[in-house]
Amino acid sequence: MVAISGNDTGSYGDDKPSFFARWFYSTNHKDIGTLYLIFGIISGLIGGFLSFMMRMELGEPGIQFFTNEHQYLVFVSMHGLIMIFFMVMPALIGGFGNWFVPIMIGAPDMAFPRMNNLSFWLLPTALICLLVSFVLPGSASGDGFGGGWVMYPPLSTSGSPGPAFDFIIIGLLAAGFSSIFGAINFITTILNMRAPGMTMHKMPLFAWSVLVTAFLLLLALPVLAAALFMLFTDRIDGGTGFFDPARGGDPQMFQHLFWFFGHPEVYIMILPAFGIISHIVSTFSKKPIFGYLGMAYAMVAIGVVGFVVWAHHMYTIGMDVNLKAYFLAATLVIAVPTGVKIFSWLATMWGGSIRYTIPMQWALAFIFLFVIGGVTGVVLANAGVDTALHDTYYVVAHFHYVLSMGAVFGIFAGFYYWFGKMFGIMYNKFLAAAHFWLFFIGVNVIFFPQHFLGMNGMPRRYVDYPADFELWNHVSTMGAMITLLGVVFFFLMLIEAFIVRRKVGDNYWGEGATTLEWTLSSPPPYHQFNTLPRIDEDPTEHDADKMH
Amino acid sequence: MAGHAVEHDYHLIPPSPWPLLSGLAALVWGTGMVVFFAGLVQRTGDNNMMEFFFSKGLDTWSSTLTGDGSVSGGWIILLIGCLFASFVMYGWWRDVARESAAGDHTPVVDIGLRYGMIMFIMQEAMFFVGWFWIFFETSLFHKFRASWNTDVLPNAADYATNIAPGVTSVNAWHLPLMNTLILLLSGTTVTWAHHALIHGDRKGAKWGLFLTCLLGFIFIGIQGLEYAELFHERGEGVAPWLANTAYGSAFFLATGFHGLHVLIGAIFLLVCWGRLMKGGLRSDKHFGLEAAAWYWHFVDVVWLFLFAFVYIVFATGP
Repeated sequence: MVAISGNDTGSYGDDKPSFFARWFYSTNHKDIGTLYLIFGIISGLIGGFLSFMMRMELGEPGIQFFTNEHQYLVFVSMHGLIMIFFMVMPALIGGFGNWFVPIMIGAPDMAFPRMNNLSFWLLPTALICLLVSFVLPGSASGDGFGGGWVMYPPLSTSGSPGPAFDFIIIGLLAAGFSSIFGAINFITTILNMRAPGMTMHKMPLFAWSVLVTAFLLLLALPVLAAALFMLFTDRIDGGTGFFDPARGGDPQMFQHLFWFFGHPEVYIMILPAFGIISHIVSTFSKKPIFGYLGMAYAMVAIGVVGFVVWAHHMYTIGMDVNLKAYFLAATLVIAVPTGVKIFSWLATMWGGSIRYTIPMQWALAFIFLFVIGGVTGVVLANAGVDTALHDTYYVVAHFHYVLSMGAVFGIFAGFYYWFGKMFGIMYNKFLAAAHFWLFFIGVNVIFFPQHFLGMNGMPRRYVDYPADFELWNHVSTMGAMITLLGVVFFFLMLIEAFIVRRKVGDNYWGEGATTLEWTLSSPPPYHQFNTLPRIDEDPTEHDADKMH
Repeated sequence: MAGHAVEHDYHLIPPSPWPLLSGLAALVWGTGMVVFFAGLVQRTGDNNMMEFFFSKGLDTWSSTLTGDGSVSGGWIILLIGCLFASFVMYGWWRDVARESAAGDHTPVVDIGLRYGMIMFIMQEAMFFVGWFWIFFETSLFHKFRASWNTDVLPNAADYATNIAPGVTSVNAWHLPLMNTLILLLSGTTVTWAHHALIHGDRKGAKWGLFLTCLLGFIFIGIQGLEYAELFHERGEGVAPWLANTAYGSAFFLATGFHGLHVLIGAIFLLVCWGRLMKGGLRSDKHFGLEAAAWYWHFVDVVWLFLFAFVYIVFATGP
């Protein structure tokens, strides 16, 4: 995408600090990125375990594994919180963002390397707070918090009086501050540290996606922090009454504050994946991305419009019909920039020299599955339809198609795309392909039948269901087992790759990979770009030349 | 390995213990918050040690006021967390000041610090958007809520005419007006200090900053005085109190978080004053002071919104 001259090919001092200082006191964006990725994998295992237990439970009617409904709901709530705040966000933004945004814009490190590490070290603190809540008194029915990841009062106030939920509030505040500091860091890095000649309109799309994401984090998370403080003081005896109708408060107000954060949050999770997919599709079609500026500003548009659509999560609270009409229309508007992105990816592949490598397979699957999730999103955006489908498995299927198959496929696509760059070694293609196909088939078998369950009226967040729903639930649970096998192959792939250590070159994807990370060694030197790269040519002209 | 000189002006930082320690401090502080406000164990008399440290600390405070209740040490963890965090912040910013003095903050790094501070103030502004949002929600739509909630609101009819029936707000033209004038005055003294420093008048800068800090702490003192008065009148249901109505909740948490930010800003300025007294902060390079001044103007503006809406508009009836 970007033409580079004055490549940084010299080898220079690669003196790394001692083990403890390197990994615990780190100020190096690549090491911190690796820490984030390891953290994301650990959280993913915890969150995945929770969801696997839920799926086992729902394999047949009746209560098999859980002691009561409350324990099931604790698993539901914690699965959501852990997957969002501790798996997707750390992996996409903390992991790949830290690793590749500075390199792609030609910077030696992040703008605030120490604060970068603070962003990371707040996350283990936050995760400990969430895990502690499992074993602390929650509601009268048992330990832990079972009010859902959305934490609506009164379930999160008078409904869960124990300290379990207080720890979740503290944990989410810590995770929130981590993301806010990360956002400040990314915005400053991208605005202030681009290499000479790299104007905003020459910047790689992944950097664009992280820039938009960082602004969403910066503007949305403080509102969540305020809402969490309100919950915290509402829960104290003799405390505030923000969400208590008997004192003139309003529990619906929490939903507004929460979704004002929560809707930008879904774009926070998907935009970096958009950026990664753009690079992969371009690389393996051996063509520059189609409509670069349109792609960049589509993400900006998604970010801006994403702030004014939040109440489509709350159609059933009894809001005014005019308000519903507005939120419906605004929500459908988001389909336009999203469509720009999808069609630009297709147009990039059109006439390209396509290679079906492992990352390309994940990227193609991402496009296919994200479109399915997007289409069901258009269905749910309609207030009238949503009244029937609200809180059914149709919604569960929808947001797992965009997250569990959108964001997560984006993470795996990026992981396989940059695996050699990050660790200097290549994975075994058979194990990686087995991981992809098992995962692809598995998640579809889990979630596609959930559309049918939702259309038939099966509600979310119940530990049990009538026997009529058994068939598709059974199929869904089979899918969970296939996915688990896929996860096993992911770890086999990792173990094998780190034992065999097949070394890779600087640009192991060849001609299509044009961003700055491919000019560096694999793995890159401890501090790259001691001499800053210069970006001189107009990328569109250059790429047009290359195509002839 | 062959050496290769660094030819850029960015600031690469050696490994630092402060981020990890910040994470640990946050864990201790968070545990302290939960123990103090919620308590991890119930008071049963079975295990005095556990109950002293891990039972709710707030009960003891309110029972101390009424004269009964047992001793609780829940606040100790919170205090340790606060001290831990303060120690980390001291060490971290001491390092930053030293790096600045050592010339690590080149022009491009200086611009980065400015971007960072602007972004930080933006997120602070969004935090207050949350508090104003709930305030405007309760004050603009109380009529609708009154008609929905007739079964839970004890005096629904009264809520149709007032966001907090039976509550008379603080007189805006008394202590709050004085606080407004104090903050506005402190905005001028900090600008005086800044311009004095630019023109090399270090004595004027020291006085300007000292007065700004003093005015900041006077503001907090007056706010405390107002809270103390409201606390004594809370039972009568005429003064806004955080527990009596949603307006009282919004009043206390919005003004309280603003007060906390004034405290943070005042400490920030005090640190700059200390650096100035020790010979730091050059006339051509003093971003620490500028960032503190930006922050100070930000809390000033938030106060003007609070004064206009939470104090004046409520008193005249929205």
